[in-house]
Amino acid sequence: MSGPAFSYARPADVAGALAQGARPGAAFLAGGTDLIQLWKAGLAAHAELVDISRLPLAGIDLADGELAIGALARLSDVALHPRVMAEHPLIAQAIAATASGQVRNMATVGGNLLQRTRCAYFRTQGMACNKREPGSGCGAAAGETRQAALFGASAACVATHASDLAVALTALRAELTILGPDGERRIALPDLYRLPGQTPQIDTTLAPGELIAAVQVRRAAGLAARSTYLKVRDRASFEFAVVSVAAALRLEDGAVVEARLAAGGVAPLPWRLAGAEAALIGRAPDARAFAEAAGLAVEGAQPLADNGFKVELLRRAVIRALETVGATA
Amino acid sequence: MSDDGRIALSLTLNGRALDVETPACATLLDLLRDRLGLTGVKKGCDMGACGACTVLMGGRRIKSCLALAAACDGGAITTIEGIGTLDDLHPLQAAFIRHDALQCGYCTPGQILSGIALLAETPKDLAAIREGMSGNLCRCGAYPNIVAAIAEVAGL
Repeated sequence: MSGPAFSYARPADVAGALAQGARPGAAFLAGGTDLIQLWKAGLAAHAELVDISRLPLAGIDLADGELAIGALARLSDVALHPRVMAEHPLIAQAIAATASGQVRNMATVGGNLLQRTRCAYFRTQGMACNKREPGSGCGAAAGETRQAALFGASAACVATHASDLAVALTALRAELTILGPDGERRIALPDLYRLPGQTPQIDTTLAPGELIAAVQVRRAAGLAARSTYLKVRDRASFEFAVVSVAAALRLEDGAVVEARLAAGGVAPLPWRLAGAEAALIGRAPDARAFAEAAGLAVEGAQPLADNGFKVELLRRAVIRALETVGATA
Repeated sequence: MSDDGRIALSLTLNGRALDVETPACATLLDLLRDRLGLTGVKKGCDMGACGACTVLMGGRRIKSCLALAAACDGGAITTIEGIGTLDDLHPLQAAFIRHDALQCGYCTPGQILSGIALLAETPKDLAAIREGMSGNLCRCGAYPNIVAAIAEVAGL
């Protein structure tokens, strides 16, 4: 086991990292919790790892209604930050449900968003997988589909994205600052990811040499009091989601004026439930409104042989999450 | 980096300053076990799942199998060899013995280091201990006694 040898570099500043990261065969190393696993499993072969973990991109700042998290902040530092816990509990909850204490001390925010799929066909050498080996077929679609996506999959790939944090940040309409050889750009978080289509080997819209510098969340203060991250999984801890839901509401005069819903474990990327969000606006936070929203959340689901249960599970998870955040008693 | 690709590191290992060279591809686990002879650090799954390789880095628990040794330059690392002595056990080591919190013992160094880090996070109840220890597997199934040992030291 383990992949080919690589060299190691630790550039002193961001400019140096961008220059070295743009070289052919280079990859950025941050916390390493996914990259080192991928390398050991023979799924990542890089000539050079460019260690960015000490670059000054790890701050957690709250000012003028904006939360800015440096991409190199460790997950545990974000989840245990007093103001993140108080003002962005959805983020703290999603991270608390992620991996284990040891991994959260190592893994970074940017690396968590960029982790590759946990699909067993991708993670196991010798299995057919178009994401790992384009043209080899999708072993999952033809085999065990319990973990497969309900939305956004293609004939070439049915893998899901595993990040809990990405689901919470999608619900909060987070944006990313991307740095690269051509400068800086800002994108909405879901636009980091691409649907598999016929090229599932390409996970993201990052160009070679680009890196995530920071995550920004704005205008979310009104959602803090009514937000929750519900993760349904096969074990109580240290397990990826079968289905997860990030939900947040803002109520005024007994009616929903703002609704945020996103789902995990059901698509190749964190899946916004825009139709369900829209259906809640102006409604009283009651069982009928929640059931209608949950019905819209599963609309268009395309289950395969073994994952039909996830349609009902997602519907119920949306209802339960909305009941949690919508309680008015 | 030297000409042969080895990288010079300065570590504080169990309280002692140490200079060592490592291949670029070595994990902290391999450096500690194979180069420095600290075999209390165990290699279980070598993929970040089992927690047998848990060490403290700057007081925080990490999985040494997923840490690249070269990236640990300057770090302060504590292994089980730096925790207690036969004559003066760490309170959690003594509690593990009292509660029979092990059978084969392979996972125990990682359990103890993870437990020490968890105690610093002041778990508020047994559920928090179980959740906080989910990164350490015990194939012998000593979980109830491990939780009891940590709970005793936590005063729960």
